[in-house]
Amino acid sequence: MLIAGDNLKFPYTEKVLEHFRDPKNVGKLEDADGKGLEGSPACGDMVAIYLKVDPKTTVIDDIKFESYGCASNIATASIITEMAKGKTIADAKKITWQEATEELGGLPPVKRHCSVLAVEGLRSAIRDYEEKHGLVSEQEPTTEEVVRSRLKHVMNPMAGLDIVRTELVTKIEVKEGIVRVLLDLPSGHQFANAIKEDLVEKLETLWDIKEVKVVFTEG
Amino acid sequence: MLDKITYLDNAASTRLDERVLKAMKPYFFDTYAVATSEFGYSMGIDAKEGLMAARGSIARTLGASAEELVFTSGETESSNMALKGVIGALKKKKGSHLIISRIEDFPVLNTAKGLERQGSKVDYLNVDNEGAVDLEQLDSLITKGTALVSIQHANQEIGTIQDIKAIAEVCSDKDVLLHTDATHTFTRVPLDMKKVPVDLVTISAHTIHGPRGVGALYIREGTPLEKWMDGGYQESNRRAGPENIPGAVGFAKAVELVTPEENASLARMRDHIITKALEDIPHVTLNGSRIDRTPQNANLTFHYVEGESMTLHLDMRGFAVSTGSACFSRSLEASHVILGIGGDHERAHGSLRFTFGRYNTMEDVDAVLSALKEIVEKLREISPLYANSR
Repeated sequence: MLIAGDNLKFPYTEKVLEHFRDPKNVGKLEDADGKGLEGSPACGDMVAIYLKVDPKTTVIDDIKFESYGCASNIATASIITEMAKGKTIADAKKITWQEATEELGGLPPVKRHCSVLAVEGLRSAIRDYEEKHGLVSEQEPTTEEVVRSRLKHVMNPMAGLDIVRTELVTKIEVKEGIVRVLLDLPSGHQFANAIKEDLVEKLETLWDIKEVKVVFTEG
Repeated sequence: MLDKITYLDNAASTRLDERVLKAMKPYFFDTYAVATSEFGYSMGIDAKEGLMAARGSIARTLGASAEELVFTSGETESSNMALKGVIGALKKKKGSHLIISRIEDFPVLNTAKGLERQGSKVDYLNVDNEGAVDLEQLDSLITKGTALVSIQHANQEIGTIQDIKAIAEVCSDKDVLLHTDATHTFTRVPLDMKKVPVDLVTISAHTIHGPRGVGALYIREGTPLEKWMDGGYQESNRRAGPENIPGAVGFAKAVELVTPEENASLARMRDHIITKALEDIPHVTLNGSRIDRTPQNANLTFHYVEGESMTLHLDMRGFAVSTGSACFSRSLEASHVILGIGGDHERAHGSLRFTFGRYNTMEDVDAVLSALKEIVEKLREISPLYANSR
């Protein structure tokens, strides 16, 4: 049998492996002040972030994450929770994917998608906190663009990329509190329901939206 | 630090057997000439004899005659040769319609897609939830213009063995040629050309402890085949390029070294990992058939966890296995095989393939099982999917 020593080659940096092997801040906060869930099992990666925030200072006192994902996803989620802990939500919001990646000593470029998800998880947990605590200063009316940017977080399980980039979304209409999203997918498709659920979840929290309608193609 | 690597990815490549290397060595250092015609110089004639002996011995294990075997650079070339060769020969006379299964390995799948782009009509046969092709659908899809059917003997990921005899009978009844990719069954699962009317068979040395970059295509006598690669007149003008004689000799030796006892021992390791994983670890699904399965293959989905995370943890403990997860593959696409048998992405992402070989032992299987148990538990603890399932 082969004898392997120091020459064992892994596709990741020492730092990534460290966070992967022994991730920090793992788990769930049952009484979280804010939580964010990004990705879906269909796309292969999913991350949940939970926050405890001091209401006076808006400092993140505690933060935990859960991940159904690959090494990059787990390591990025782990490092980002370390980076965000002790910061105000305003500062934590500014943490970028580039900063997280630098902390990890770099990630393979093809793994970008999996690690971006962790950063987005943190931002959506902060957004959730802000929405719940009336901190969203200017409540902008929902436009087609707002809907489109949220739909970029809904995965197309067939491609592993989002439904906007893979051109599954053919039309978006926002009118009197009702969003209509047209998808280039028959209603009987195996992933139709999963995509619909994910999509509705992403849009129904918008403050001025009463109803989300998903329209499939016929046949 | 690790002192041992346990390689459980023998469907991808295998460790060369020393006896194979010993058989090849003279053809690198002593008899290194090209195979010449019978009027050539003596070293070339010796080389030619070595090549002929190798061809004859491999052909015999297939129940074929030596002239029906063409050496190639492996599985990919053999399948390219079969599909492109037949379509090239028949497109004007008969048609260019091609039927393959949905779960073929890339040499057949992507060659078919390439032919499709060049105007061939390609139908992709459905398989059931264990991976067996739909024979009725096959029968109904064959038309007068069907040039070739290509259905693997067994699957590269989930090990499902097709009823190749029944498939061959459907094809010969309708007078259609049949190719089968036997990369993962050759010498492991019986296939006799005298009993099964298959016209073309892809085989390779890399899965049986032979050299990499060596394979062959069985071509039943009289099968129309256009030469797809231009060059010299080697291999009875069927395959251009000087023959890889050390490779062919090594391939023949590798074939000779596979025994029924070895195949039985692989099957014991396979059955042990399947049984134990299903018994000892909750939420595990077997992918493929329990019965119609190659002796060396086990493929299991560990639900609520992602495959690349599992393979990396296993790698850090010295185990090499592969997964159908998108995160592991070069294309970042989930396994088309798991999706083809009706699995969802979660099932593909959490799948691990263990393929056993000559240098694995039952102790290796126990060791990987105990590592797996810990790893799966650890990853489930941090999985939001698992938390929700409880």
